[in-house]
Amino acid sequence: MNRFDYHRPATLAEALVLGATPGAAYLAAGTNLLDLMKLGVARPGVLVDVTRLPGLDRIERLPDGATRIGAMVRNSDLARDDGILRDYPALAEAILAGASAQLRNAATVGGNLMQKTRCRYFQDMASACNRRSPGAGCDAVGGVDEGMAILGWSDACIATHPSDFCVPLAALDAVVEIAGPAGAREVPVTAFHHLPGLTPAQDTALAPGELVTAIRLPPAAAGFRQHARYMKLRERTSYAFALVSVAAMLRWEDGTIREARLALGGVAARPWRATDAEALLAGAALGRDAFEAAAHAALADARPANGGEAKIELARRLIVRTLMLAAAGTPARIPALPASPFAATEESLTHA
Amino acid sequence: MTYPLTLTINGTAQSLRLDDPRVTLLDLLRERLHLTGAKKGCDRGQCGACTVLVDGRRVNSCLTLALSVDGAAVTTVEGLARGETLHPVQAAFIEHDAFQCGFCTPGQIVSAVGLIAEGEAGTDPERIREGMSGNICRCGAYHGIVEAVLAAQAARTAEERKTA
Repeated sequence: MNRFDYHRPATLAEALVLGATPGAAYLAAGTNLLDLMKLGVARPGVLVDVTRLPGLDRIERLPDGATRIGAMVRNSDLARDDGILRDYPALAEAILAGASAQLRNAATVGGNLMQKTRCRYFQDMASACNRRSPGAGCDAVGGVDEGMAILGWSDACIATHPSDFCVPLAALDAVVEIAGPAGAREVPVTAFHHLPGLTPAQDTALAPGELVTAIRLPPAAAGFRQHARYMKLRERTSYAFALVSVAAMLRWEDGTIREARLALGGVAARPWRATDAEALLAGAALGRDAFEAAAHAALADARPANGGEAKIELARRLIVRTLMLAAAGTPARIPALPASPFAATEESLTHA
Repeated sequence: MTYPLTLTINGTAQSLRLDDPRVTLLDLLRERLHLTGAKKGCDRGQCGACTVLVDGRRVNSCLTLALSVDGAAVTTVEGLARGETLHPVQAAFIEHDAFQCGFCTPGQIVSAVGLIAEGEAGTDPERIREGMSGNICRCGAYHGIVEAVLAAQAARTAEERKTA
């Protein structure tokens, strides 16, 4: 690991001054950043520890019905929060489907947004990677990994964003609150992660020195709580990143879908909101036919980056399955195996 | 430049100075405080052998910068027994043959203590397996580990009923 200076500022204003230092990086739990520093992939000269900044560790209900989640809220605290479990159950299920209990106890909301791709070539210093080293080329193209992107990729980069949490956030129209040297601003979570294009190293909307301070869920996000699911396919039952994941949410009356939300994980460099599929579902009769059509629409532009055609079929089936599960109802309690297609049938699908 | 650091380790307050901010909590425990119970397995947060409790919560000490937990209470496997009396989870691991080579065992035991304190898995083996999935055992002693956690959980529940 490279040598760095360590600072633990007491206020956001101090943190932003330190964060503007060339070569500085913000440190939250460090579950991703420290790992990348050990590999030599990240080499910050200054670490600005933001875990103790006041006011960033709260979950608040705002007067308009929105929910603000501070960037330093730990994943396990978020997934245990009564209000989150009641109003955004798919968000809690996605968090519990990610990482391990130890990592969830440490990892933060802000860090989850900022985590880097788990592309093996990005993490291997002996491989060429445009995301790590602009202009170097991409050894993942034509490489051994068939789990790469199927949507939104470019010849410069075929990596995926690994987050589970960000997938339901995208479906729920979450907004990222940002502080920086030029003041505060906000960005929809669906625009926060950049598609690679020709500049994969510029992976988020953050300018140098900017810091994620909170995630905000708009009032309408609570309207799907009775029919909201997150499902995740991975290479083992637990503690693995998604091959493909799906967040699906429905509102309907008298057998007609009023509004649907659909987002995919593990398929692109950002959590992928499937707006065409949502438009198709709105007004359709609730049932498998509509869900099959939605899956087809969501993947109309999908192309395998590395001969990974299987991933498109996995995504298609998982979209249909997750919509079926959402239609059946949110479980009263998150299953023992969160988001798993191998979970036992739940006794009760009546969510409060 | 040195960095001051105060930690309560297994109940004893310690004032330390670090000459290098790169020291992880795991390296601090093992190399400077000679508490070698927590193991350096993968050093990447993937195996769980380094699991310790920080303010009562189980975390991977290999991915925790020591300076970032300044002021915290840290419990390692060395801090679980009371004199010659093993912690109930330690006793249950012996009783249920929950290890073979033993390398992952300190992490498994501390993780199980954390899991039981979280109070969410209860006596559902599936929830215990899922809750312990951050601890890899290459000998494959998982069956015994789940049995041990179940037994420790049951003993704790019985104890709570007695005192209630």
